[in-house]
Amino acid sequence: MITVSSKTETPEFSKRGAMAIEPFRLTLFKHGLQLVRDKTTTLQINAGYLCDRTCRHCHFSAGPGRKENMDMDTAEYVIEYARRAHFEIIDITGGAPGLDPNLVHLIEGLRPLASKIMIRSNLSVLNNGQNDQLISLFKKHQVIIVASFPSLNEAQTESQRGRGIFGKSISVLKKLNRLGYGHEGSGLELNLVSNPTGAFLPSSQIEAEKRFHQILDQKWGVTFNHLYNFGNVPLGRFRQWLVKSNNLERYIEKLISSFNPCAVEGLMCRTLVSVSWNGYLYDCDFNIARGLFMGGQKTHVSKMTGPPSRGSSIAVADHCYTCASGSGFT
Amino acid sequence: METYYKPEDLLKFGEAGEEAPDLAAKFFDYYNAVFAEGELTEREKSLIALAVAHTVQCPYCIDAFTQSCLEKGSNLAEMTEAIHVVKAIRGGASLVHGVQMRNITEKLSM
Repeated sequence: MITVSSKTETPEFSKRGAMAIEPFRLTLFKHGLQLVRDKTTTLQINAGYLCDRTCRHCHFSAGPGRKENMDMDTAEYVIEYARRAHFEIIDITGGAPGLDPNLVHLIEGLRPLASKIMIRSNLSVLNNGQNDQLISLFKKHQVIIVASFPSLNEAQTESQRGRGIFGKSISVLKKLNRLGYGHEGSGLELNLVSNPTGAFLPSSQIEAEKRFHQILDQKWGVTFNHLYNFGNVPLGRFRQWLVKSNNLERYIEKLISSFNPCAVEGLMCRTLVSVSWNGYLYDCDFNIARGLFMGGQKTHVSKMTGPPSRGSSIAVADHCYTCASGSGFT
Repeated sequence: METYYKPEDLLKFGEAGEEAPDLAAKFFDYYNAVFAEGELTEREKSLIALAVAHTVQCPYCIDAFTQSCLEKGSNLAEMTEAIHVVKAIRGGASLVHGVQMRNITEKLSM
């Protein structure tokens, strides 16, 4: 057993607020599991930590004051890498990638290089009328929109994402529906992401998706394609909240006790490589927040000749319990 | 003993069957089957369980099923309404027994 600190993004040892947990790597070993790469099919691009919101579950502590954002040179390196490596899916995230001044360049450069391109949206960026051009660009390039929508309940949603966001989100979802997004057969996919609004695990995806379809349609006439239920990773601002609310220990225990060995094979880090705002490669977005480079090696995107090879190692730490709990995080 | 109820004791629920494992296994199999999705969803069953937990006033059950309700996608407004159902039934049960009081009073009175 080792100890893990209750402080944000600090490595494993701290006397203050320390708790004993079994390292994720040891848990894998005990189950006879190895976490290594399969064929890497997705390039995830983190455009930076600038965001117009300060959501309490954010593993980056993204917000309006953050300066770590992708510059044009790095965007070019990323596009060139995508051209060399032939990914099937491009996934642009942040922060709020809608605020990235290079976003148009990224989308136009990347779109011809993959069969699917998706963008994570907090919806509030798209609520601004000045960003209608951005929505038109998404539509033109059939960019899949993956929108944050944690709960059908206004109070729960706003406890996580801030006052006023629920109404704005509904308004943007209606606008996207009017433009064709979220309707079967339109070729314009609109998916929602629901994260628990506190120190508990996500609900069953199938049941929740059915309910979200029903309630969003009944109450607001909103349609969408799929719902993804993701657990909150105890890093960044979410970890700070767990510590402050005295929930960290119980939350970590819950993640560990929900470890599902069957979920390991389907983990997203086996088929995805993530590029940070400054061009370095990681095994997932959470490892960017944790500062764990891909396979433990600091590698710039400009140095990569192709996708990471099948069978190569994946950097893990205790936050990985989040993705391997319950039915997993894909 | 500082208190009869400690939150960490909830995790020892399984130990309750140690002296009678066969009976415990039957109970826990049944318990798990009850909460699996059937004609009612798991979310609906958790809301019912939360209401019953308040009726039997079991702190362990309230803790467990508050978390369960949140994890099944319920919100505080729904959970509060479930508790009001408990209150209505408990209050109603008291009030309806007033019929017995009235019957007895009627029988005894001139």
